Amino acid sequence: MQAFLDDWGLTLLTFLPLFGALLVVAIPKADEQMQKAVALLSTLATATVAVLLLAWFDLDSAGSLQFVIDRSWIDVINSRYIMGIDGISLPLMLLTVLVVPLCVIYSFKHFPEPRNPKAFLALLLILETGMIGTFVAQDLILFFVFFEVVLLPMYFMIGVWGGENRRYAAIKFFLYTLFGSALMLVSFLALFFLSDGTLAGLAEANTFDMRALSGGATTAIARTSQMWIFAGMFLGFGVKVPIFPFHTWLPDAHTEAPTVGSVILAAVLLKLGTYGFVRVALPMLPEAAAAWAPVIGLLAVIGIIYGALGCLAQKDMKRLIAFSSVAHMGFVMLGIATMTDFGINAAVFGMVAHGLITGMLFFLAGSVKDRYHTLDMSRLGGLLVQAPKMGWILGFCAMASLGLPGLAGFWGEFPAILASYNPAGILSEAVFRTYMVIAAVGTVLAAGYLLWMLQKAAFGTPREEFADSPDVKDASKHEFWAWAPMLVLIVVLGFYPRLIHEASDPAVGESLVVNVGDNVYDCLDSEDGNECFDDLRAESARRSNG
Amino acid sequence: MFAAEAAESIVHASGWFLENAWLVPAFPAVSFLVILFFGKRFPKGGSEVGIAAVALSFVFAAAAGIQWIGQVNSAGEGAALGAVSSTWTWWVNGGIEFTIGTLVDGLAAVLMFVVTTVSLLVHVYSTDYVAGDRRYTHFFAFLSLFTAAMLFFVLSENTLQMIVGWELVGVCSFVLIGHWWEEKPNSDAALKAFFTNRVGDIGLLIGVAVLFFAAEGTFSVLELNKMAVSGEISHLALLVGACALLAAVMSKSGQFFLHTWLPDAMAGPTPVSALIHAATMVVAGVYLIARLYGVFFEGFSIAGSSVNLLAIVGGLTTLVGASLAFVQRDIKKVLAYSTISQLGYMVLALGVGAWTAAVFHLFTHAFFKACLFLGSGSVSHAVHSFDMKSDMGGLRRWMPHTFRTFVIASVALAGIPPLAGFWSKDEILAGTGGWGLAGGTGGNGAYLAMLIMGLATAALTAAYMTRCVYLTFFGEFRGHGTPHESGPRIVAPLWILAVLAIVAGWANLPKGFQLVPKGWTERFGHYAEPTADYFPVIAHATPSWTLAILSTVVALGGIAVAARYYFGRVRAESPAATEMGRGWTKRSRLAAAGHTLLAKKYYLDHLYTGIIAGGVKGPIARAAYKFNQDGIDRVVNAAGEKSVKAGHVVYDIIDQKVVDGVVNASGVAPHLAGEEMRRMQTGKVQSYAGIVFVAAALLALVFILVL
Repeated sequence: MQAFLDDWGLTLLTFLPLFGALLVVAIPKADEQMQKAVALLSTLATATVAVLLLAWFDLDSAGSLQFVIDRSWIDVINSRYIMGIDGISLPLMLLTVLVVPLCVIYSFKHFPEPRNPKAFLALLLILETGMIGTFVAQDLILFFVFFEVVLLPMYFMIGVWGGENRRYAAIKFFLYTLFGSALMLVSFLALFFLSDGTLAGLAEANTFDMRALSGGATTAIARTSQMWIFAGMFLGFGVKVPIFPFHTWLPDAHTEAPTVGSVILAAVLLKLGTYGFVRVALPMLPEAAAAWAPVIGLLAVIGIIYGALGCLAQKDMKRLIAFSSVAHMGFVMLGIATMTDFGINAAVFGMVAHGLITGMLFFLAGSVKDRYHTLDMSRLGGLLVQAPKMGWILGFCAMASLGLPGLAGFWGEFPAILASYNPAGILSEAVFRTYMVIAAVGTVLAAGYLLWMLQKAAFGTPREEFADSPDVKDASKHEFWAWAPMLVLIVVLGFYPRLIHEASDPAVGESLVVNVGDNVYDCLDSEDGNECFDDLRAESARRSNG
Repeated sequence: MFAAEAAESIVHASGWFLENAWLVPAFPAVSFLVILFFGKRFPKGGSEVGIAAVALSFVFAAAAGIQWIGQVNSAGEGAALGAVSSTWTWWVNGGIEFTIGTLVDGLAAVLMFVVTTVSLLVHVYSTDYVAGDRRYTHFFAFLSLFTAAMLFFVLSENTLQMIVGWELVGVCSFVLIGHWWEEKPNSDAALKAFFTNRVGDIGLLIGVAVLFFAAEGTFSVLELNKMAVSGEISHLALLVGACALLAAVMSKSGQFFLHTWLPDAMAGPTPVSALIHAATMVVAGVYLIARLYGVFFEGFSIAGSSVNLLAIVGGLTTLVGASLAFVQRDIKKVLAYSTISQLGYMVLALGVGAWTAAVFHLFTHAFFKACLFLGSGSVSHAVHSFDMKSDMGGLRRWMPHTFRTFVIASVALAGIPPLAGFWSKDEILAGTGGWGLAGGTGGNGAYLAMLIMGLATAALTAAYMTRCVYLTFFGEFRGHGTPHESGPRIVAPLWILAVLAIVAGWANLPKGFQLVPKGWTERFGHYAEPTADYFPVIAHATPSWTLAILSTVVALGGIAVAARYYFGRVRAESPAATEMGRGWTKRSRLAAAGHTLLAKKYYLDHLYTGIIAGGVKGPIARAAYKFNQDGIDRVVNAAGEKSVKAGHVVYDIIDQKVVDGVVNASGVAPHLAGEEMRRMQTGKVQSYAGIVFVAAALLALVFILVL
């Protein structure tokens, strides 16, 4: 089994959903049952492969890449088909293979107009391939391809099955993200030309191999160039996260997207951006990252407060949840901006927690809309009376989302705050401690908008217009089964966060302590970081020439 | 007794119940899940599960307490007894392993005993009080969860675990205050409680973070205290950490000026008020200070001073609470403000270094305040109202048991010897060391201002309780129907608490008290106050007969003044009257203004709800959103429109065939999606995509050439 997984595991994992999509497309349009069954089965098969990978994953060396595949791919630009997972990819990959089947189950009874399950399910499966691929790719071109593959299915999902204003939202989503991606691609190309793979033990100088690029191949690049390259990546990943002020596509996309689209968008798609920071931007360009970190931190805390204020101004429940993502991803970015293993580890946890919690909130918003045909909070009320189970689940998720200790959200939020008290040595303590206080204030606002939402939607008595509505029923079986795993995980991770830390902690440590030795880490942690990096560059340049 | 004397020889306590203390919160935690998921299938709606679980917890807590006493006895005088801590790995970050576990010493044992005792009685009481409620099962589920969370907090081995327990009790409080959430005032009160606590929690998060790094990366309560006491943590870090934590204490323990949620919390069912908002949860803040006393004692430099922030907050709170208790019509709100005032006493005591006095007051207060709250519930059960002025009066005739227990607890609260409140309050007053004017007292400093505030509050307390007892039980009945005494499941807990309200104070008779054998004095302090190196060296004030007599006279004076007014002049005017027809407030404009100030609760609610919360939620949030839509988003849209225009120009110029290749690459998906998609403007998107890709490639080229 080990040998099979080593050779085929990740390829199978990545392309099984795509294969499923092809099957779904091949089934005649009328046979809906078959399409559903095939879609569900292929996501479950993918999940099975993921579970096998997890079972054979060596936690003791979670810091290094496992199940690595390295084949030649596009020789002309020296881009190779390299895949592998470590403790950072693993939780996010598992999150993806968990969320997609749940979305499939949920969608069985909730195909939005204009229905067409065949196309909908096929798109969902293509999305899954793109998302998994991004988390396992270890070659920048491969990474970029997968990163872009998710764009089109999501564009169609919003544009076809979305709400009234779907075209505007879909095009805005597509173009905004593409704009970011374009700059990101520029940065990747620049890295390719400027890096020196021989420093990381490769035969060729120009490389897209992510292992080499974060393993010392970039240390000889001039500081100014690093800064520009990082800026390009920052825009690419930052739009996806989204970081303030590049977030305006998000509320529109979320509000217009069908429920399942919103769930995937919140649960996984946003993580592609933060994952990019953790996997690509930081380890490949630590020096530039450290220089940009105060800016990232600032935008992160602005996002925390600004997102919360945006939430407070909303009347539409779904738009409120969308804005809350801006605030929550602010905590993740703050953790990353501290440049410490502590903060990045918090960020990885925060990604998973936000995926589960906000994903759940979007599920709930969708189900509320199915019942009341509106998400206008001034018209809602008394959900706890009419659908007590749903009401309680909403309350539970609101608590989880506001970062209640004992539930998953807390372990993304508090350690990020903690980390910003003591950022990497190269960064200014005073600046980050200010960020810490602002972020802590954000937790109060989070409690504000979430509980006001809960009060308006769940407490009180039902409005007259819905009091006798036959549509308002408690959670159905499909909904229940789609939600139960996420709810359980929110509690389990909340009480035993070690489940994720065990994998992510060594990997985060590894990604900072770059293979060239402890030099980079030492530079980051030293107050004279810039000189330290200069010395490192001189040393690398010497080796590079010699 | 003194930590320093014995610090060189630390005996490590052991015992099965001490090492397995995790079982104490585990029982109610399991009971929560059982009641939540299967409660309705039980014949008594799940209440029996809750009672059984809390009873088990009580037994285990008591057993742990007895073992602890045994350990202290066997360690002998002069030896320091280390706390029992059992830990497991909880999570790992940055290569550091963080633990979860239990920490049992005298302090934790006291709290375990108080929590389980009051919780058990409240459970029994509730089976009658909330019988037939729309959410009976749910109510008991959350009583269980609350008990579990509070015990989890009390047994916390590290500060991070304390945050978890702290927030969980907050959520239980939120759920139980809003128990009748159909009515908006109730859910408003629940939200207000949660928000106010959340504001304080900023301090908790920051304080824990500061101390974590100051102590070189540990959350452990024992380590933090040890390092604080031994001076390994800088004074500045301790001061910042202590100030931040104080914010959390102010919100949780209802200290001025974050106390405003507590009276509103009375919207919850009365047993909840007794358990959560009087006897247990609100003392979490006091417990936090007591638990991390090394940090607070050193941080605020309590020794050898005459003023510090902690003592001031406590002193102001006790006065503010007591003064506001005067103007309430609602019997539960009188008790709520009284709770604020008594919590102020505890914080004041900790602020002046009278650690044992504070914990002892926490202990006695739990019993008489629970008794008062449950008594008020019994009254409201009879008259279906909490309004003393319009629906009560003369109830002593119909409710003899409730009347007697209420009066006993009131006297205990007023601080009249030999009832419980007297002993603990007297110890606090002596502990201020402010009595130094009339001879040395051996306190930690000379906190004269705190002594005066404490004495003033003693008089006020006695007076407002007299008013409350008169309005409720004396005069003429002003309500409707015929009141009746409550059933045995309500009366029995009342009597148990009333007896405790009498005897609990004898657990810590003052040192050198001539009327009892020497071995009977200071038992509570002997067993509860830590002696090992995780506790600061504090001085223990010498009790004083003069002070004890003075405080008794002051309290009696308070009763006398109030009694003269109510039992004398008001009753003379009319047996049904609740105040003088021509009182002060009618005659003096100054008195009227003072009354308005109190009636408006010092305008704090206006400031918080109206100005701060309303401002953030209203104009500020709207402005931010407007900026979002009309500022940032307009730029985005304009950029989009301009690019489309530019795009059309470019599109017409560039040969379509060049673009086509790229377009096809991104055009695989449309074929899959069927009819609908073809109707969409796919062509447009493809061309945008193409343009962007080409632009990117060009840019890359320029970029690479330039660099």
